[in-house]
Amino acid sequence: METVNKIRVLVAKPGLDGHDKGAKIVALALRDAGMEVIYSGLHQTLDQIISTAVQESVDVIGLSIMSGAHLPICEKLTAMMKEHTLDNVHLVVGGVIPQQDIQPLRDMGVAAVFPGGASFDTIVSGIHALFQ
Amino acid sequence: MGVARYIKDEKGAITEVVYQSGIKIKPVYGPEELADAGFTYEKDLGEAGEYPFTRSLHPMGYRSRAWTTRQYTGFGTPEQTNERFKLMIANGQNGLNVAFDLPTQMGYDSDHPLAEGEVGRVGMAVDSLKDFLTAFDGIPLDRIGSGLTINAVASIMMAMYQALGETKGFDKTKISCTPQNDILKEMIGRGAWIFPVEHGVHLVGDTIEYAVRELPRSNPVSICGYHIRESGATPAQEIAYAFEIARAYIDTVAARGIDPSDFVGRFSFNFNVYGNLWEQIAKFRAARKIWAQMLKEDYKVTEKKKLFLRGLFGGGGSGLTKEEPENNIMRGAFYALGAALSGAQTTALCSFDEAYTIPTPRSALLSLKTLELLMDEVGLRDTVDPLAGSYFIETLTLEMADKIREEMAWVRNMGGIVSGISEGVIQKKVSQQAYEFEKGLQSGEYKKVGRTPGKEDDAADVELHQYNRAWAQSSKDSLAELKRTRHEKAVTDTLRSLEKAAKNKNNVMPYLVDCCKAFATVGEMADVFRQTFGEWQEPGFY
Repeated sequence: METVNKIRVLVAKPGLDGHDKGAKIVALALRDAGMEVIYSGLHQTLDQIISTAVQESVDVIGLSIMSGAHLPICEKLTAMMKEHTLDNVHLVVGGVIPQQDIQPLRDMGVAAVFPGGASFDTIVSGIHALFQ
Repeated sequence: MGVARYIKDEKGAITEVVYQSGIKIKPVYGPEELADAGFTYEKDLGEAGEYPFTRSLHPMGYRSRAWTTRQYTGFGTPEQTNERFKLMIANGQNGLNVAFDLPTQMGYDSDHPLAEGEVGRVGMAVDSLKDFLTAFDGIPLDRIGSGLTINAVASIMMAMYQALGETKGFDKTKISCTPQNDILKEMIGRGAWIFPVEHGVHLVGDTIEYAVRELPRSNPVSICGYHIRESGATPAQEIAYAFEIARAYIDTVAARGIDPSDFVGRFSFNFNVYGNLWEQIAKFRAARKIWAQMLKEDYKVTEKKKLFLRGLFGGGGSGLTKEEPENNIMRGAFYALGAALSGAQTTALCSFDEAYTIPTPRSALLSLKTLELLMDEVGLRDTVDPLAGSYFIETLTLEMADKIREEMAWVRNMGGIVSGISEGVIQKKVSQQAYEFEKGLQSGEYKKVGRTPGKEDDAADVELHQYNRAWAQSSKDSLAELKRTRHEKAVTDTLRSLEKAAKNKNNVMPYLVDCCKAFATVGEMADVFRQTFGEWQEPGFY
């Protein structure tokens, strides 16, 4: 997946939270950075996210979570990704993520965490770094 | 600098200033600018408390009454929310502004699989009337009004508030609630929608019609430019889209044969105070005028009080930074100053820790004290509309009014707000602007103090509100107990009647009140609507 193929990213909004500005502007930024971006729309169940990821053969799932429920959501999703042998898919998370939750997220298998305030450059290069 | 666009010369002097709404600002204003803008005292300003209300709704402004303060409050269980309500009231707050958790906002009970991890997190969990009885225990519902921040299932919550009042011995004609109930703005930003556009609007119609007939002190809808602005709209678009949304609600109720004069006086608004100070003040002054003119000219409303742009001007969350969070205390004070100089009737202020999570009691009280300080210490109650007559403010107010009208015309020319939202045109425009603005912040074109482009600081060490997973269990246990003890037949019967009413397009409100009194759950009532109306499929945004 080096430079020839475009990185395919599913930007997804799991759960009930409807604050989608962050997800949308990151989707636009990733697209402008040359990635193929699929936006899930709001109120996605984790099953829906997994099935879109499989269908669209994405390389990255990017979750945007503002409600504070990132720990339980990621715990479940990482387990589901293993079940569906999505071992080559990287999970990244952005949103309102307190500092002290970053390590626990990494320990669960989240490849990168981009808390509110992370610049587009940081996010884009952070995603590129997953493929080096 | 700030949220406006500033161009500087090589010495750092500002050579050009353009506000977000697209207005170019001159270095100095005088009588000539006012004359060029076509300003006349009678047409554009008038007396305080007189049409077109540019200056204020009331002739004596804050002298007769300071603003109503309504901090957004609610988390965890109804018991905890009740405690926080009482804390805020004990500290001088005179209205409630209730936050519901996401499952409640989306019409799911605490035991629903989709509710997992969210119960009691961003607001209080409400499954049934039982929870309302606890949350409002000891609150004098005839004296304290409640804003209910709920939209897709606002009809259910308004019915539940009536059931609450009647159970506690307060007549429905004495209680006052303002459900947010603005489903169209949820579809532009904030995203707590469930049903397809036409059914969502129809439910808003039901609540307005019902409030006109049965709940004389309640305001059935609070139209929110606020979230549209937070999603990326300019201040002019914030007002314009909100007014076009109001038009859609007026038209849907008028189509039922009800004269707009009978209900527009009960509309209220929720607008944002984040942004350039002068642009905000001009925005509110222009908005009061345009709303009054729109009602008078388009809907033939004549009674003075019904022309008032009433509402909450406050919040400002998107101005906050995670970096140096204490700076947000100062930001909040300046946003509140803008609201006061704009003659805000009701206000609430974002708290400094809200870039992280919902506020602690300490930060919520700091916001409340900031609002008190402006009224009781700084001098904002001294005189009405203190900036009136300023060459700059009056010129800017006229220019803002033009921008707002342009945006309103754009919406109407493309077929109205309902079609603009259904097709995703508005969402696309607002998201693109949000993206451009964020790029500007990151490149340093726009500025927030404490946020350095290219540098991401570690989070500061502040005390934060902590979510406790035990709250979800407590809500689930309470729900299980309710389901064991309530009268099942009454629940099924009232839900069946509700379904029939929804299918026949009868006003659902009286049926919802019956369901609430039978202790049907929010999830059960919302499921009836889901099955009858279906769910919205949002259009793509690029």
